[in-house]
Amino acid sequence: MRLAFREALLAFRRTPLMSMLGITTIAFSLFAFGLFGLVALNIREALRLVEDRVEVRAFLVDGTSEEAIAAALGDVAAFPEVREVGYVSPDSALARSREELAEFRDVFDASVLPGSLEIRLREGFRDPVTVQALADRIATYPFIDDVRFGQEWVAKLYRVRTLSVLAGTGLGIVFALVAVLIIGSTIRMAVLARAREIEIMRLVGATNAFVRMPFLIEGVLKGALGGALAVGLTWLTHTGVSRALFETVFFTPAQASLGVLAGALLGFFGSLVSVGRHLRAVWKDA
Amino acid sequence: MSGVLRLDDVTKEYPRTGVALKNVSFTVDKGEFLFLTGPSGSGKSTLLKLLSFAERPTAGEVKVSGFSSATLRDRDIPQLRRRLGIVFQDFRLLTDRTVEANIAFALEVTGTPASSIGGKVGRLLTQVGLASKATSMPHELSGGEQQRVAIARALANDPFLLLADEPTGNLDERATRGILQLLREINALGTAVIMATHDLSLIMRSGYRYLELDRGSLHYDGTDARTLSRHQ
Repeated sequence: MRLAFREALLAFRRTPLMSMLGITTIAFSLFAFGLFGLVALNIREALRLVEDRVEVRAFLVDGTSEEAIAAALGDVAAFPEVREVGYVSPDSALARSREELAEFRDVFDASVLPGSLEIRLREGFRDPVTVQALADRIATYPFIDDVRFGQEWVAKLYRVRTLSVLAGTGLGIVFALVAVLIIGSTIRMAVLARAREIEIMRLVGATNAFVRMPFLIEGVLKGALGGALAVGLTWLTHTGVSRALFETVFFTPAQASLGVLAGALLGFFGSLVSVGRHLRAVWKDA
Repeated sequence: MSGVLRLDDVTKEYPRTGVALKNVSFTVDKGEFLFLTGPSGSGKSTLLKLLSFAERPTAGEVKVSGFSSATLRDRDIPQLRRRLGIVFQDFRLLTDRTVEANIAFALEVTGTPASSIGGKVGRLLTQVGLASKATSMPHELSGGEQQRVAIARALANDPFLLLADEPTGNLDERATRGILQLLREINALGTAVIMATHDLSLIMRSGYRYLELDRGSLHYDGTDARTLSRHQ
C-alpha cells in the first residue's frame, strides 16, 4: 500500500504538467455540471417560493355564525393538504384592500367584502388536481358561498414546474455523460502514458490488484482535487452573480461534498476501466 | 535431468490472422540452453508468449514448472511469472528511472522486503557487469548495457527459466557477443535459457540445441548446425 501511494505521488511529480492538465479537465467538466446544477437549484428555489403562494380562498355566506366559522377552521386545519388556515373578517379584508389598492380606497365599503377562509397548502399538495379537489370539498359546507384559487395560474405554474424538472433531468444526464466521457479519456491518457510500467509489472509477476492500486489512488486523488476545484469555481460564480446581479442560493455542504465525491468516484472507475484494458492486453512483439 | 517445460501438441490460432503454431511438441530440461529460430512470422514470439502464459494455446497443453495451461487460473499467472525472467529486443526499461531503480522496481512490485532490495540490486548489477552504472539513466547507456539492465531485472526474482526474445536484435556484433556470454554465465548457474534469434551464426558457433520453426510448425529440433546452414 505504501509503495502504491509512493508510485501514485511519483506520477504527479514526474509529469506535473500532465497531472495538472488532468485535474483541470476534470475540474472544468464538473464545473460545467456544477453550473448547470446551480441554475437548476435556483430555478427550483424560485418556483418553490412562487408555489408557496398557492392558496385557496373560501368566501363565507353573509351572516355565518362565529361558531360555524370556528368549527370550519378546526375541520379544514385537520385536512392533510392544509398547512394553515386563517379567518379573514370583512373588516380586515376591507383594510387589506384599501392598503393594497390605495387608488380605489374610496369605493370600498365594508358591506361589499365578505369574510373568508384563507387556506395555505403543504408542499406536494399544490398541483391543480389536488387543489381543485380540496376546493370542491370545502365548497360543500353550506355556509361557503364561493371558492377561488386562481385555477389557471396554478395550472400554468404546475406546467412550468413539470417542464423544468424534465428539462433539468434531461440536461443533467447529458452534462453528466459529457463529464464522464471527458474525465474517462483524460484518465485513459494518463494510464496510457504509463503503459510501459504496467507491462513491466505484469512481466515480473505483480498481481493485478497490485498493478491497479497506484492508478486507482492517482485517479481518486485527481478526481477529488478536480471535484474540489469545480466546487470552488461554482462557489465563485455564485458569489459573483449574487453580488452583481441577483441573490442566488448555493449547494448545501452535503451537496458540495457530493461533487467532490463524484470526482473521486469518476477518477476511481475511470482508472479501473483504463487499467483493466492494459491488464488484459498481451505484450507487443519485440 | 528433469524437464522444466513441456509442450504437448500445441496449436495456437488467432481469430484474425489464423494459425500461428501447429502441433508443436518438445521438452526443455532443467538448466538447458535452447535457441529458437525461424523466419519472421514463423511463430517464435507466439511460442514465447505461450511459455510466459501471456497467451493460452488453442489446443494442446503447455506445462512450465508444474503450471499447466489446462488448469492454471488467470489470477495465478503472476506466481508463474515470478519464476520466469523475460527479456525483449527493445529492452523495455523505464526511461525516467535510474538503472538501479529499474531493477528495484521489479523487486518492489513482487513484494520483496525493502531492507533486502538494495543489496540484491547491487549483486545483480555486479553480475551483469554494470556495478558502476547504478545511478545512470537508461539513455546514458549503450544498447548492450541497456540489455544488461533488462537481464538484471529479469534475474531479480531468481528465475529457473529465462525467456529472451531476440535480445541481440538491436545490438552490434561486440555487444551481441557480450550478451550471449552473459546468458551463458547465467545458464551455468542453473537457469534454463530459451533465446529466440534470427542470428544463425550465434547458433552455429554455440553448438547448443535449437528449434527451428517454419510457418508455425516445428521444422527441426536438434544440435546439428549443418541443417541450419541448409536453410540459410
